[in-house]
Amino acid sequence: MNYFPDEVLEHVFDFLTSHRDRNAVSLVCSLWYRVERFSRQRVFIGNCYAISPEKLITRFPGLKSLTLKGKPHFADFNLVPYDWGGYVQPWIEALAKSRIGLEELRLKRMVVSDDSLELLSRSFANFKTLVLVSCEGFTTDGLAAIAANCRFLRELDLQENEIDDHSGHWLSCFPDSCTSLTSLNFACLKGEINLASLERLVARSPNLRSLRLNRAVPLETLQKILMRAPLLVDLGTGSYVHDPDSETYNKLKTTILKCKSIRNLSGFLEVAPRCLPAIFPICLNLTSLNLSYAAGIHGSELIKLIRHCAKLQRLWILDCIGDKGLEVVASTCNELQELRVFPSDPFGVGHDAVTENGLVAISIGCPKLHSLLYFCQQMTNAALITVARNCPNFIRFRLCILDPTRPDPVTMKPLDDGFGAIVQSCKLLRRLSLSGLLTDQVFLYIGMYAEQLEMLSVAFAGDSDKGMLYVLNGCKKLRKLEIRDCPFGNMALLSDVGKYETMRSLWMSSCEVTLWGCKTLAKVMPRLNVEIINEHDQMEICAEDGQRVEKMYLYRTLVGPRKDAPEFVWNL
Amino acid sequence: MQPDTTSESPGSDVTSTVFKDTELTLGLPGEARFSGGKTCSKRGFIETSMDLDLGDSSSSSHTRGKILAGQDFSSESLVSGAGKPSATKRQEVVGWPPVRSLRKRALEGCKYVKVAVDGAPYLRKVDLEIYNSYQKLLRTLEQMFMTCFAIHGNYVGEGERKVMDPMKEMEYVPTYEDTDGDWMLVGDVPWKMFIESCKRIRLMKSSEAVGTLAPRTHPRSCTYNEVAADQQLKAR
Repeated sequence: MNYFPDEVLEHVFDFLTSHRDRNAVSLVCSLWYRVERFSRQRVFIGNCYAISPEKLITRFPGLKSLTLKGKPHFADFNLVPYDWGGYVQPWIEALAKSRIGLEELRLKRMVVSDDSLELLSRSFANFKTLVLVSCEGFTTDGLAAIAANCRFLRELDLQENEIDDHSGHWLSCFPDSCTSLTSLNFACLKGEINLASLERLVARSPNLRSLRLNRAVPLETLQKILMRAPLLVDLGTGSYVHDPDSETYNKLKTTILKCKSIRNLSGFLEVAPRCLPAIFPICLNLTSLNLSYAAGIHGSELIKLIRHCAKLQRLWILDCIGDKGLEVVASTCNELQELRVFPSDPFGVGHDAVTENGLVAISIGCPKLHSLLYFCQQMTNAALITVARNCPNFIRFRLCILDPTRPDPVTMKPLDDGFGAIVQSCKLLRRLSLSGLLTDQVFLYIGMYAEQLEMLSVAFAGDSDKGMLYVLNGCKKLRKLEIRDCPFGNMALLSDVGKYETMRSLWMSSCEVTLWGCKTLAKVMPRLNVEIINEHDQMEICAEDGQRVEKMYLYRTLVGPRKDAPEFVWNL
Repeated sequence: MQPDTTSESPGSDVTSTVFKDTELTLGLPGEARFSGGKTCSKRGFIETSMDLDLGDSSSSSHTRGKILAGQDFSSESLVSGAGKPSATKRQEVVGWPPVRSLRKRALEGCKYVKVAVDGAPYLRKVDLEIYNSYQKLLRTLEQMFMTCFAIHGNYVGEGERKVMDPMKEMEYVPTYEDTDGDWMLVGDVPWKMFIESCKRIRLMKSSEAVGTLAPRTHPRSCTYNEVAADQQLKAR
């Protein structure tokens, strides 16, 4: 390959789309490194503190598309304090100053300010795509800047962000000349929307294929929008409430018949179940259905709806569907690949919740299932063993028993054997979340069998350091390990310090690790940032080394301790 | 904008109030900590965390599985279980179950109450959380019971609080049952307080209310609290 001119190499590399492949290619020799870096357009950075924006810009001058992730995953569950970090501002500033022609920015769990959005909107003439997932720190004013200034905007996708709603006028900030939108998702916005502006925007966006509305958009507007955009592929309804005997509803029924392209359906943030029949005609075309926010649809109506959806590949649903409902899913949706069952009543007594029976039924009816997130009341070893046998193709298996240390209710034994069967049978498993009563044994199984495992989430499990050791020694491809409330301590933490440089990050909270253990690790491994989150003044500056650390987050980095850490985060 | 994200963070005031209700108690072996599922697990969540070897008892402040990380548990609060009634609600551990706040809030914000209209053959249900004012609520009720009546009057500040049926020339007074079991007139308290305390709504025929209402010469001169008090005396 050394005899080929650079352009040929570049052309060959063009066929490599996965960033892992491109990373691998860049390590072959310095020639390939050089060619690769000048031709790279898309970069994925899984931890924004692992590298600096300056280094990114230096290495990849042709950068067009950047993906950044900030806070650790457990921040989703309020385990990370508000000011922890993950600011996108320095990235946007650095990119703005450079000659990078940024076109796409995708952020997850980052803090985004209105100023950042404003700067972004003014700095890149060709900016096309903004995707914000689980971010916070901005308001609709920032959205207004994006709408007003990004002349060629194609995608504005806001997924589950905490956004302060100042007014619904940001939609009106899209100039009349903006006709390039292909995707608009503002479902997570809480406030009112200028409906007329929305209708006009849809009317002048002939390429719009994905539209997800928020709760403030009533059914009348939905009907008018669908009239204008019959080619939609992805629809998220807003408020789906009306009198089923009304003219508006009848118009909607007729309009929906024209929307033969809809494959993804979501929303129903508020819903009148008697209006659901309007969507039955398009259900057969659906490959993806997300009813996880549709608290207003219960048991039998849910089931009636599902019976129409024979081609579903992805289903997100609430546990009020019940085991019986899951049996209907199993018999109807034989193409199902991804299932998520969320709790409708996380802190209640949970009469409606699902059990192991629902999951077993699914495993029988849906052999193509490869991704699962399942919140349930209880689980048995027998069920897990059956599921493992029926569905050997799991890539993601996340089980969450609402009582996190509940044993098998039939045998009263821990669920070690059940999860053991999963990891043994599912040779392609990349992500695993455990729950239920678990001993060190389950970790032995994981270390032994989970060869492809990249991410493991553990809570309230294990008996001793051995548990963690089994995983660290056995899972060669482990990248992210997050542990809470387990009896793992310094011995496990320090047994293989080099391992952490092969991983993205390690989170340990409410474990047995002490300050001494963390300090020792930090001293020995300079290319790790070992951060302690100390929220409650339990630790003074001259804290005793023997004191247990409440929250520790460590990650590999090329740029040393971060300079934006708040007071309560100590980098050791 | 930030308060939402910190409202569940350990050590905040909100969680310490919740903690009072869900204090860790040591249950006796076999005692159900909560009634989820048919077969109650012998080792509940709390018993489990107490059983496991966590070093000496003085480290009780760092009990695994402790509720609301950051609270200092004295050994007393951990052992005080004997006299306490077993919790019917699951005790809240920070970050468990692992559901994102946005999702939790979207589901919690689901407050369906029954609406009964005197003379209508069936009841309806509305989700109070989706309205942010009395006006919006009553407009929706109007739509629901379209053939029966039309809403009359405005609900911003003082004003008529009656519901009119122009066809039958009947007036309806919107009332609700609060968490104390009392029947109140809709509109007295701030909206947020109303949502929290309203258990169900009844549109009462004015004629029935008339006998219980203090005579009114001028709508604004009458205090609705008096009216409500009267209604309560006569109700049930």
